[in-house]
Amino acid sequence: MTPESETELAQIVAGLNGPVCIIGGGTRGAAGSAPALDMSRLTGIHLYEPGALTLVAAAGTSLAEVDAALDAEGQRLAFEPMDHRVLLGTRGAPTIGGVVAANISGPRRVQAGACRDFLLGVRFVDGNGTVIKNGGRVMKNVTGYDLVKLMAGSWGTLGVLSEVSLKVLPKPEAIQTLAIAVPDAARAVGLMSDALGSPFEVSGAAYDPERGQVFARIEGFADSVSYRADRLSELLARWGDITRPEAPDLWSDIRDVRGFADRAGDVWRISCRPSDAPGLAQKAGADALLFDWGGGLIWALMSEGSDLRARLGGFDGHATLVRSNQATRAQLGMFHPQPAPLAAIQQALRTRFDPQGRFNPGLMG
Amino acid sequence: MEMPAPDPKILERKPHLLARLRTVLPEDALIHDISETRAYECDALTAYRCPPMVAVLPASTQEVSDVLRICHEEGVPVVPRGSGTSLAGGALPTEDSVILGVARMNDVLETDYDNRIIRVQTGRTNLSVSGAVEERDFFYAPDPSSQLACAIAGNIAMNSGGAHCLKYGVTTNNLLGVTMVMMDGTVVEIGGAHLDAGGLDLLGVICGSEGQLGVVTEATLRILRKPEGARPVLIGFDDNAVAGECVSDIIKSGILPVAIEFMDRLCIEACENFAHAGYPKCEALLIVEVEGSEAEIDSQLGKIIEIAKRHNPVELRESGSAEESAKIWLGRKSAFGAMGQLNDYMCLDGTIPVSELSMVLRRIGELSKEYGLPVGNVFHAGDGNMHPLILFDANKPGDLEKCEAFGADILRLCVDAGGCLTGEHGVGIEKRDLMLHQYNPQDLEAQMAVKDVFDPQWLLNPAKVFPLGSSAPRRSA
Ligand SMILES: Cc1cc2nc3c(=O)[nH]c(=O)nc-3n(C[C@H](O)[C@H](O)[C@H](O)COP(=O)(O)OP(=O)(O)OC[C@H]3O[C@@H](n4cnc5c(N)ncnc54)[C@H](O)[C@@H]3O)c2cc1C
Repeated sequence: MTPESETELAQIVAGLNGPVCIIGGGTRGAAGSAPALDMSRLTGIHLYEPGALTLVAAAGTSLAEVDAALDAEGQRLAFEPMDHRVLLGTRGAPTIGGVVAANISGPRRVQAGACRDFLLGVRFVDGNGTVIKNGGRVMKNVTGYDLVKLMAGSWGTLGVLSEVSLKVLPKPEAIQTLAIAVPDAARAVGLMSDALGSPFEVSGAAYDPERGQVFARIEGFADSVSYRADRLSELLARWGDITRPEAPDLWSDIRDVRGFADRAGDVWRISCRPSDAPGLAQKAGADALLFDWGGGLIWALMSEGSDLRARLGGFDGHATLVRSNQATRAQLGMFHPQPAPLAAIQQALRTRFDPQGRFNPGLMG
Repeated sequence: MEMPAPDPKILERKPHLLARLRTVLPEDALIHDISETRAYECDALTAYRCPPMVAVLPASTQEVSDVLRICHEEGVPVVPRGSGTSLAGGALPTEDSVILGVARMNDVLETDYDNRIIRVQTGRTNLSVSGAVEERDFFYAPDPSSQLACAIAGNIAMNSGGAHCLKYGVTTNNLLGVTMVMMDGTVVEIGGAHLDAGGLDLLGVICGSEGQLGVVTEATLRILRKPEGARPVLIGFDDNAVAGECVSDIIKSGILPVAIEFMDRLCIEACENFAHAGYPKCEALLIVEVEGSEAEIDSQLGKIIEIAKRHNPVELRESGSAEESAKIWLGRKSAFGAMGQLNDYMCLDGTIPVSELSMVLRRIGELSKEYGLPVGNVFHAGDGNMHPLILFDANKPGDLEKCEAFGADILRLCVDAGGCLTGEHGVGIEKRDLMLHQYNPQDLEAQMAVKDVFDPQWLLNPAKVFPLGSSAPRRSA
């Protein structure tokens, strides 16, 4: 099943008599065992207005094509979606629909916002094969309920995205990273809180325990970047020695968790209150850790099959199992179980949008 | 504006309902005498009024839950209310409804600078959230012009914006968690102090749901450190279209101003007469504000001025001091008041792609002539969120209807230009019947399916958002 138009997609869905896995580029590790509904042929950038900072594309359009179009105008997707191929060893070309469906964001999420914050509109096909639109292509829109947000991060479980409309932003003229040596996670998070609580618009704050360094990123016009980097250095000087590494891949490596790529074990992603991060990291008993979002995101490399959620107990946040073998995935589930009343709401929404449970069965609870 | 007929069975049982509410609320939290319920008969869309049957002012999430449980059992509609500043009639009661006001719930529950969040009860006003974190130079970014009065409750329900959301986003981009009471009294916690709540993005759909999915009693909000400084430049043009092109060019250049505000001639003149801000006489005025250190501001304003000069401005005034900045903003901030001096006005809120600005303004001008009603435009140009203000005389028979028809034409124009009916004020009752111009029945059906899940009996804030015809089968079920 490889629809080439929205109409064809709707027909296919209407005619389904069993479950399907919706696949964009198949790089995000969500595919189950049901037959594939392959979205990679539903492509094309339908509208791109650099002066209005908006781009509208068919869901199957490759991220590479989107990036290239934006690059030609000096713009980009500011939420910095990670590339899961590095961590998961998947192949294929990530699609813009996949990015949206999984609400994929990177280090800049802490300052600029998540993918869902840049999503202006969607078109999708529900489980009955009905085409539905919500939102649009303008920056501000409160007309009716915001199903746009609901679709972002729904991993295809409410409908198959056919078109997405995104806010884009100009690329910065300059980027500067400060690296500060710190001995432990508690101090790293304290330092990152100082950085993110400063007026200097830090657009990335990560801590790599193995290197024993915190990285803080500043972006913008060259004169402004150099000014803010100086001021931020003054502010952070009390935490340790500061260097300014010239490592062009530093942030994409953090974004893609490259450090865990070639190492055995399960990979978990914990979203938490930043100041809880050191304590949670300790409880996790991980083989390796990477802290992003000022501590609000912890990547944990765990020995295979460990039940991280049980180790962490209740906390302000959630843990997602990003990489594991099938058995662990089946046992623990990819997504953190929700409290009963929320789980009931989610299940009811799913039943409304996909009454026969066609889309990605078993994926999100 | 058509509203559903009140249910006589509910009205009859008012004494019974009151008796039950007395078991969970103190007497001073229960308002039921017509002389007092009148205070809740409308919000800022004052053309429509209807006192509720009862108003309650609970002081805790528990009391909200008790009230909702009782109303649910009794089948009584509930209209949540913050400060009543909605411009869309979002908080308009029906005769057989209970107004549930959260105004007494205005505590700060937690301020956490390290994690850059504040948790408040939602009756707290927008400005006083920023006020609570000012001591450490932090602020809460979304800044509706009504921020002195409006509550976080209403901001969440309407997904409100403000002049500075070009850079900082609107409410939904700054909301991390809520405590919400469902219509049956169940209390749910969604999100928290972490980014990206788990599971489906329920927070995203609750924000902007106009009080129809649950009553939000507490919220965790993102707070930000204040920039070192901010300064505007004022740019005048003798042509709306050219001003629009200038906006596009600024945005494309890579500068991200915190605000780009636009005013047309009628507004410029009204504001000038009202506030004496020293505005030039011209067709279009832009106020562009940037933030940062003094040097950063100089450099950004330099770039903006360079771009503006390519469009032959008739006036270019860079603020040189806090005093001058205040003066430049003074006129803009008094725009609604100034227009109110001219006559009654209706404020619209459609959004359009920035590229369509000049076409839409021209067409609004033509419509203004056809209807014989003047219209002034003042709006957030950076994100295309227009606020045409139509002047009319409420005492002149037929003028309100004419104004509403004109307003509807403008909103349809916004949709046809690739935009939407409302950028930040919400649908309420005001734009309810235009929804089918933007969305087809299937699109609305999907939205109503969400309502079905959260509030199966359709008791929360009924008769809003969806055209009455579309929601009728559900409301009467
Ligand atoms: C002069 C003026 C200027 C304005 N400027 C702006 C502006 O710049 N930007 C902007 O976005 N808006 C603006 N507004 C509109 C208005 O202020 C906003 O919509 C505001 O968020 C409403 O807040 P409120 O507390 O007054 O809500 P209310 O008017 O009381 O209610 C608004 C909606 O919220 C629902 N609601 C209230 N409390 C709850 C709750 N606890 N749980 C669930 N739902 C609830 C109500 O049912 C209703 O649908 C302006 C209004 C005026 C009068």
